[in-house]
Amino acid sequence: MSLFTARAEVLQANRRTLADRLHMDVPLLLCLLTLAVISLFVLYSASGQKIDVIWRQAVRLGAAFFIMLALAQLNPASLKRWTPWLFTLGLILLLAVLFAGDTGKGAQRWLDLGLFRFQPSEMMKLAVPMMVAWYLSDHPLPPNLKRLAIACLIIILPTLLIAKQPDLGTALLVASAGIFVLLFSGISWRLIIASSAALAACAPVLWHFMHDYQRQRVLTFLNPEQNPLGAGYHIIQSKIAIGSGGLYGKGWLNGTQSQLNFLPERSTDFIFAAYAEEFGLFGILALLAVYLLVIMRGLLIASQAQDSYTRLLAGSLVMTFFIYIFVNIGMVTGLMPVVGVPLPLVSYGGTSMVTLMAGFGILMSIHTHRKLLPR
Amino acid sequence: MAFQHTIKDHFRETRLFASRAVLALLISIGLMIVLLVRLFDLQVVQHDTYAVLSDKNRVHIRGVSPTRGLIYDRRGVLLAENLPSYRLEVISEQVDDIDATIAELRQLIDISDDDIAEFKQDLKSNKRYKPISLRSRLSDEEVARFAVNRYRFPGVDTVAHLYRHYPFNGRGVHALGYVGRISEQELQTIDSDNYEGGDFIGKTGVERFYEDLLRGEVGVERIETNAQGRTLRVLNRDAPVPGLNLYLSLDAELQRIAEAALGDNNGAVVAIDPIDGSVLALASMPTFDPNLFVGGIDSKTYSALENSPDQPMFNRAIRGRYPPGSTVKPFIGLAGLEYGVIDPNVSTYCQGWYMLDGDERKYRDWKITGHGPVDLTQAIIESCDVYFYDLALTLGIDRLSHFLEPFGFSDITGIDISGELTGLVPTRAWKRRTKRQPWYPGETLITGIGQGFFLTTPLQLATATAALASYGSQLRPRLVAATEDPDSGEKVWLPSTPNVAVPVGNPDNWAYIIRAMTKVVHSVKGTAHRISRGANFKIAGKTGTSQVFGIKQDEKYVAEDVAKKLRDHALFIGFAPVDKPRISVAVIVENGGSGGAVASPIAREVMDYYLNEILPNEALPVPAANTPANMPVNTTQAPIP
Repeated sequence: MSLFTARAEVLQANRRTLADRLHMDVPLLLCLLTLAVISLFVLYSASGQKIDVIWRQAVRLGAAFFIMLALAQLNPASLKRWTPWLFTLGLILLLAVLFAGDTGKGAQRWLDLGLFRFQPSEMMKLAVPMMVAWYLSDHPLPPNLKRLAIACLIIILPTLLIAKQPDLGTALLVASAGIFVLLFSGISWRLIIASSAALAACAPVLWHFMHDYQRQRVLTFLNPEQNPLGAGYHIIQSKIAIGSGGLYGKGWLNGTQSQLNFLPERSTDFIFAAYAEEFGLFGILALLAVYLLVIMRGLLIASQAQDSYTRLLAGSLVMTFFIYIFVNIGMVTGLMPVVGVPLPLVSYGGTSMVTLMAGFGILMSIHTHRKLLPR
Repeated sequence: MAFQHTIKDHFRETRLFASRAVLALLISIGLMIVLLVRLFDLQVVQHDTYAVLSDKNRVHIRGVSPTRGLIYDRRGVLLAENLPSYRLEVISEQVDDIDATIAELRQLIDISDDDIAEFKQDLKSNKRYKPISLRSRLSDEEVARFAVNRYRFPGVDTVAHLYRHYPFNGRGVHALGYVGRISEQELQTIDSDNYEGGDFIGKTGVERFYEDLLRGEVGVERIETNAQGRTLRVLNRDAPVPGLNLYLSLDAELQRIAEAALGDNNGAVVAIDPIDGSVLALASMPTFDPNLFVGGIDSKTYSALENSPDQPMFNRAIRGRYPPGSTVKPFIGLAGLEYGVIDPNVSTYCQGWYMLDGDERKYRDWKITGHGPVDLTQAIIESCDVYFYDLALTLGIDRLSHFLEPFGFSDITGIDISGELTGLVPTRAWKRRTKRQPWYPGETLITGIGQGFFLTTPLQLATATAALASYGSQLRPRLVAATEDPDSGEKVWLPSTPNVAVPVGNPDNWAYIIRAMTKVVHSVKGTAHRISRGANFKIAGKTGTSQVFGIKQDEKYVAEDVAKKLRDHALFIGFAPVDKPRISVAVIVENGGSGGAVASPIAREVMDYYLNEILPNEALPVPAANTPANMPVNTTQAPIP
């Protein structure tokens, strides 16, 4: 620890490097840039070598990186101060969506603000862990039961509002972000196991109360390959693409892109299959290695954070990143049901990219705003 | 809680977090290994399988449409069939420039602008790998022309398919219904795994009500195609399950007779077999050609049908609501007997009009000079209004409507097609609720002769008549008698469903009324006497004439003077043979004028054909499953020669 504090002293004194002035964390930045480059290469091939797709993705990536840069400049203390306001604003916006929202594709998720459309649920992916961290951090950790209960309430309220839109996928992601904060706050293992068991016990009860057609939907959802004309179609095609990649892949641009038929909706989620087809198992190892580096760096930043709020928030952001990766690849290989989670930074577009990069911006802000702590 | 816990221990918290962070990292790595194992399995262990599948070829998953069940009449005459034809299908992801391709195709094959518009619509709502029909029912020449030029059109192919055809065109269309292409809304509401855009679905009638049976189940095919999308071979196949064939209780020829008998008039004929509730004929005129709808009707033709003043698409048999007129008199007479308020042998003097105490208004009889002294039988035979004004007043509207309701006049019958409406039996409560007015005695009078607020549908009249014929036993009318599995040939007869029976007080009263109705046809003074000529069975019936518009108190109604649209409707109800009723008929001829003159001959024709031509030749006795438990004593199975 003392080596780090010494470096911090020197850095604080000199503040010479550009990266420092921009509040950028270099290792993390390099990894993210690598992912961005991979994204462009893969998309070029998967889109059928359409330049304008790449162009649009590059613009999006650029905007996302810019947002990351902007947020990195923020002092985490300010972020902490604004947290309750942001959370309240988010709640109000969620209510607004429910009552006055636009129904795009049959769900009320957007608020049409004239110039652009805004998805408050996306914002909650950041606001909820921030709020839980804010609430828990001013008191000793782990929190007592009463504070834990209130923290759960902070999570449950927006989750329900989002689930009502209906947007079950985002609701679950928001809830999991909040839950990660709880897990990192050091609640006892007994408690964790007990609540998991309780949740698991709910499932058969819920099953009992479901109608036949609802049960059928759940079964189809859990096992999409039973439904080859519907959701199962993509899984089947995806597995063929992945499997045919073999150890070394077919090489860049050699994937039978017709396999996946760059469909605007699903290609964002199934881009991993295109990557696997062209770069094989070794290519996947490389990609996972980069992701792992990001996670390791992120967790390190979290551990070195200097107050509870930033620690908890950082931990949650990193694990959320991991969840995206795991669920997406799990889905694409047929391990998990089709839930519509994109592969971070590699998938084409999406508001998720912006949210993720904002999260990384916060991580960098946390890391680069550390002050010297007297021992 | 305890005071000592309010101070944060930073070191402890940092260590706690660090331990959890390490754990998180380990779990992440662990889960990633799980993923890698899975990927290893796909990419190494099963690599060969997948490599072959993907190498320049593609695996295409296609739904295979099931064959729709056929529909036969009771004697096995085909009413709805599937004819083969070719259609032009496009898989949009294999076509670079849709518009250019269509333009080129138009040089070979006729494609209308409507076709293109519909195609573009289907394109939007379907996935790009699904074939979408551009034009159906290609002629042989068009198929040949395309085949020669096929190589120029990657992603386009001619595919054989079946389309629905109704060989008898409009005959029985209101009962049979028709199919059309499935719409967006329908796709949302039904189990969409069994349907895709462009599939056929029943829209009305039997085709719709029994859609689940007729449709069958979609099959799935895994085919291997080359880079151009041409099918190389079928990898595996889950065969579709064909729909069940249906046998209707309708008879095609009887239906033709009923429709022809109505002729140019608008109206309806409903014929039911009281033994099992089978609907023998369900005619509503005018009809329309359902074949127009199968391929997709163009808007001009559709508007013409919709806006035609004769309303051919309106199913008068189950939705037309008419005042029943004098046809209710037997029921009212029965009410009087069952409630014991009249002595059937006591005569009332009919002078041609009737007045209420304290009211100036004269309620007129159709026979201006009056019928003279009439007892109940004579009142029914000659259809004396004055007798029934009096009877209705004696009963009072409450008892009257209470007696009529069990006959099904204020309920739907539950026939197996949708869209049925119920008529209206006015009651005090109803009037207060809907018109916020009390009930006036004058209204009781006119209810007694089936006018005023009283409304019935032809189907209700037929089923009520059947209930009368069977001494109160009621069965749900049904159009479909049996299903047949096209693969195994196994035929399943559908059982009849009893409705709640009409309570019978004294069966002698019922016998009395039936005798009176028999005399309506077979006695010289009966209003339907003309149809007794040459009949080889006894018919019980009642004529009716229901007012379309009222005329002033002292005016005389002269049919020729009144415009056709405002002429009275002609009605007739009846059943035969009287001792063992096998057919109950209700006829309504809109603006037909006189029930006796116009409506009853239609019923006679229908009865003749069924009793003399169909029943005697039916080899099968009525299966036991069709005979409900509470059948009255006087009915038996069909006579076997």
